[in-house]
Amino acid sequence: MRAVLTIAHLTLAEARRRRILAAALLLGAAFVLLFGVGFHFIVRDIGEHGASPAQRRLVLSFIVMAALYAANFLIVMTSVLVTIDTLAGEIGSGVIEALCTKPIPRWSVALGKWLGCWVVLAMYAAVLCGGVLLVARLVGGYTPPNAARGLPLLLLEGTVLLTLALAGGTRLSTLANGVTVFGLYGLAFVGGWMEQIGTLASNTTARYIGIAASLLVPSESLWQLASHHMQPPLVRDLGIGPFSPLSVPSPAMVAWAAAYVLVTLAVALRLFRTRDL
Amino acid sequence: MPEPALEAQALRKDFGPKTAVRDLTLSVPRGEVFGFLGPNGAGKTTSVKMLLGLVHPTAGGGRLLGQPIGAARARARVGYLPEHFAFHEWLRGRELLRFHGRLLGLGGPSLEAGLEALLRRVELVEAGDRCLREYSKGMKQRIGLAQALLGEPELVFLDEPTSGLDPLGRLLVRDVIRELKARGTTVFLNSHLLSEVEVTCDRVAFVKEGRVVSAMTLGAAERDLEVELRLERSSPSVLEGLARFGRDVREDGAVVRLRVDGEERLPEMSRWLAGQGIGLYHLGARHRSLEDVFLEVVR
Repeated sequence: MRAVLTIAHLTLAEARRRRILAAALLLGAAFVLLFGVGFHFIVRDIGEHGASPAQRRLVLSFIVMAALYAANFLIVMTSVLVTIDTLAGEIGSGVIEALCTKPIPRWSVALGKWLGCWVVLAMYAAVLCGGVLLVARLVGGYTPPNAARGLPLLLLEGTVLLTLALAGGTRLSTLANGVTVFGLYGLAFVGGWMEQIGTLASNTTARYIGIAASLLVPSESLWQLASHHMQPPLVRDLGIGPFSPLSVPSPAMVAWAAAYVLVTLAVALRLFRTRDL
Repeated sequence: MPEPALEAQALRKDFGPKTAVRDLTLSVPRGEVFGFLGPNGAGKTTSVKMLLGLVHPTAGGGRLLGQPIGAARARARVGYLPEHFAFHEWLRGRELLRFHGRLLGLGGPSLEAGLEALLRRVELVEAGDRCLREYSKGMKQRIGLAQALLGEPELVFLDEPTSGLDPLGRLLVRDVIRELKARGTTVFLNSHLLSEVEVTCDRVAFVKEGRVVSAMTLGAAERDLEVELRLERSSPSVLEGLARFGRDVREDGAVVRLRVDGEERLPEMSRWLAGQGIGLYHLGARHRSLEDVFLEVVR
């Protein structure tokens, strides 16, 4: 465990020293600031137009969900970008050799890197999502329902992709790994929309293909589940607006995604342990 | 008999249809400075990587300091300087050693004292707080050497430790190897620089096409003499007669060459030639260099 923590510490130090952490957190803060400015003016406009509390709630919910949708996309990108090179790059450059000849199990190197990247991701997600929620609360007095249930799903979504990027990095070059993981994310994204459109058009085949894509890469379905939870009950139940899934993923998808992370991580550690360096 | 520092039995590594190491069988006793020589592509680096658990052997096995190769605990008292030592360039010299020390299970004041001593030894005390990306090639090689010596290992693998070093840097590496030997540390040296190997190693093995083809102690090489004779006349019976004084008797243009195992053979040979009535116009003898042996073995 000591080796895992030492490697995680090094991975975090690398993110800090190579200004990855600063870039992510500063731009994350800029994102929140920009959202705050826009949100402030919209809240002021709503007040001036004398909207009813229900209308006000509907508009604020829509804007907060739009911001969280953008945050979700940034979390996905960051989770992959932070991780694609961490093993692949060090294998390619030979840096890994002096690490893996130390008296530590090889899997601990991969697990330490996973942990270090995950901490960067969690910090980034906390700044983005926490910032959006804080601004919504302070400026508009609005907090989306079930935020404590929805936001961890976004972190889980990032964790799914981060773990895939670590697993890919055990055998693929940095670029091939990035192309593969973003490709898988694309499959899940398109699959998620197929599921929704299939539901809308009552096309069972399209819906099932979408569900199969979600099982293959459970990222988009986690966003849909999160957005379903974090909308006002009326919007949620009527299934109106771009952030209300018509086909709500089953809660079992969370268990599936968690198990998916564990299995993918176990596979990544094994792939790294059994490869030649 | 104490257990050897390193033992390999029929280690083999195939990469797909290509065999990198065919049969690595060797034993290095504790405290020996061992040179591992061979041409490019002979499988030297793959052999070292198998011994260190970086590459999984296709067949065979071995032990490092009494532990099976590949096991993490086998590497507890082993240092390694890879051929192209690469590291996290954003780290500072001291941080690199501290980080690698922690992975060795070291910590606290003993780690700090140890890394300062190593920085002094490789003459990088001043540069210790500079980022490694600012280091010259030679400085990188020296910090890599310090990294390999962390925790006073009992067995040190040095893969081309003098590549990128100027003559002063090479001298430093040579002195470090001598100090390791004096301390009883076993050194496994992979090097192309045969002159370096000649002055530092106790014993060498030659590897060719993934197989150890010859091993010798360097003292024996020094004793061997290559003799050149220019004779009044030569015939098969003369060559046959010379064979009793040495081996590899051969005609090479106008001269006859042979190899003898000591200087005392020279007067014996000239007396025999005089007794046969054969005029001796020239007799030259020189010790065979490691390069001579290397070329002969690997060609």
